Amino acid sequence: MEHTSLLERILRGMALTLVVIFFMFPIVWILMMSFQTNETILRIPPQLVFKPTLANYTALITGKLTTAAGTLDIAFMRNLWNSVFLSVTSVAVALLLGVPAAYAFARHKFRGSEDIAFTLLSFRFAPALLVLLPLTLYFQKLGLANTYIGLIWVYQLICLPLILWIVRGYFEDIPADIEYAYRIAGHSWFATFRKIALPLAGPGIAAAGLLAFIFAWNNFVFALVLASADKQPVTVGALAFITSSGIQYGQISAAIVLSITPTLALALYAQRYLVEGLSLGAVKG
Amino acid sequence: MASLELRNVVKRYKSQTVLDNLSLSVADGETLVLFGPSGAGKTVLLRLVAGVIDPDEGKILIGGEDMTDLDAEFRGVGMAFQNFALFPHMTAFDNIATPLQAKRSSQSAMKSGVESVAKLLKIGHVLSHKPRALSNGQKQRTALARALVGSPPVLLLDDPLRNVDAKLRFEMRLELPRLLADRGATVVYVTQDYKEAMALGDRIAVMSQGVIKQLGTPQQIYREPANIEIARLFGDPTINLLDVKPSRDAKGIYVGLSNVQVHLTGAYDATVGRDCVIGLRPEALRFVDEGTPAAIPVTVEAETPLNEKIVTLVRTVRGREILVSRPAGTPGQTEGRAHIAVDGKSALLFDQASGDRIGASNVVNLRSGEAA
Repeated sequence: MEHTSLLERILRGMALTLVVIFFMFPIVWILMMSFQTNETILRIPPQLVFKPTLANYTALITGKLTTAAGTLDIAFMRNLWNSVFLSVTSVAVALLLGVPAAYAFARHKFRGSEDIAFTLLSFRFAPALLVLLPLTLYFQKLGLANTYIGLIWVYQLICLPLILWIVRGYFEDIPADIEYAYRIAGHSWFATFRKIALPLAGPGIAAAGLLAFIFAWNNFVFALVLASADKQPVTVGALAFITSSGIQYGQISAAIVLSITPTLALALYAQRYLVEGLSLGAVKG
Repeated sequence: MASLELRNVVKRYKSQTVLDNLSLSVADGETLVLFGPSGAGKTVLLRLVAGVIDPDEGKILIGGEDMTDLDAEFRGVGMAFQNFALFPHMTAFDNIATPLQAKRSSQSAMKSGVESVAKLLKIGHVLSHKPRALSNGQKQRTALARALVGSPPVLLLDDPLRNVDAKLRFEMRLELPRLLADRGATVVYVTQDYKEAMALGDRIAVMSQGVIKQLGTPQQIYREPANIEIARLFGDPTINLLDVKPSRDAKGIYVGLSNVQVHLTGAYDATVGRDCVIGLRPEALRFVDEGTPAAIPVTVEAETPLNEKIVTLVRTVRGREILVSRPAGTPGQTEGRAHIAVDGKSALLFDQASGDRIGASNVVNLRSGEAA
């Protein structure tokens, strides 16, 4: 370890604390808001001490939103389920298609391979709104509008390029000799893909999958246009909290807490796989 | 067991020709060493034989069968890589077992097969370790064990001792010939170390820029190198190379070294008056007393003991530096003025312009590769 003076350590600690406060404050504030009623939230000046209430969470889970204007049905749990279903399925499909494709792009330089890979990446350049109008028209003709299949398909625009490009890099990082050695030992290319390439690119695939999941989970505009109430994910469903009798900050906060929980849990769980080294000393170090 | 043959193989990468119309045949059970500087195409050649890359032209035959279009897994060769190429997520045991797995051997056959080859290579105690827990030497032996375990008729060893320490390299250089002979396999061994090439090869193919410059037994390569480059690559200390212009007198062809006429034995008639380079192996020179016929006066510049031999750097009156090597423990001049004598029989004469050896009547036929 390098030698640091006491002053340096104190300053460093302060700087780190500032950074953590800066980044964590919104999340902590949202967490606090989710246990408050709208009245206490909107009090000026805001107060750190309050009487916590679970009313917001009960309202979300039971689906009954009580406002000054009366009781309102909200489909938050349904939205949450939609989010989980859409994101998981989209990532699963994208992995199924993207990982073999990434391997092909990484290992086989065929005619036009770079062009195809770049075209796939370019899907992410176009503003979503630009694609959406023609897509909506097509989907209505094809009967795909407002279906899970249609949404998962569109979500591939988000997930597939991401997985393809990240995983491709990981495949390229595996020394070709390791795969050659397995082939020479007498195994088919498919066995080599399954037993050598996939396990070694594992951390990369996990990282790409996680990232794609987060992007899919956070997507708003595709679902807003292409899905009606019963297919909407939480991002769109949150609009329901802007009611005629005002914005329900308490419920929105509770909804946010509930909807970031799955991604947060997944990220924390996957973290140890993500930091694991790729090559693990296969080739001389 | 199987012989190996390459016929007019060409391999290009973009505009660069890596292997240029190369033909080579290795007899059943023979150990052929591919020797040459990096970039000579040795590794590419090995990979072509293994089937992990395809030639642009030409044919590759193993055991007389055309394997050119066959995928790597069907060729039945064993290969050890320079960088070991172990599977990092498998234990040493599983690494070694992969060729047996591919053959769908039974669990017990696999266990006994791996254990016997591991015992042979002295890695029996680390079979449960993952590659990252192995030392470089153990990695190298694991890679070698993996190549050997299936008893492949053709073994390709790509500079397997390159990345191990000097002690282990020395040990393996002693062990490998016996190991390979016991297997009876046809071996192609790539190295950049001339001592390894001399120790292991039944024959050596010296490669440079995608072609085989010389093919012959270690003795042939050392005593009758095809050109200056090869003469320089083999031998430590390196061969002395001096510009000369042979002349003729009553006793035959001679060259002038420091105003001393050194007569050469050999068919050098055509060299009279031509610009040539004489190659003198350091061990072919010896210190002599003043007054010995054809003794060349020199001054001793430096002396380096190299365990079994002593290398002396001397300077001729014309300022040219020459290395003289003698076995340790034999008398020699250590400083000041001295005289050396040249053995005219072992001197090599090269054409200065082309670098080719002159009078190389027994140069092997390179194109057909049918030597020895």
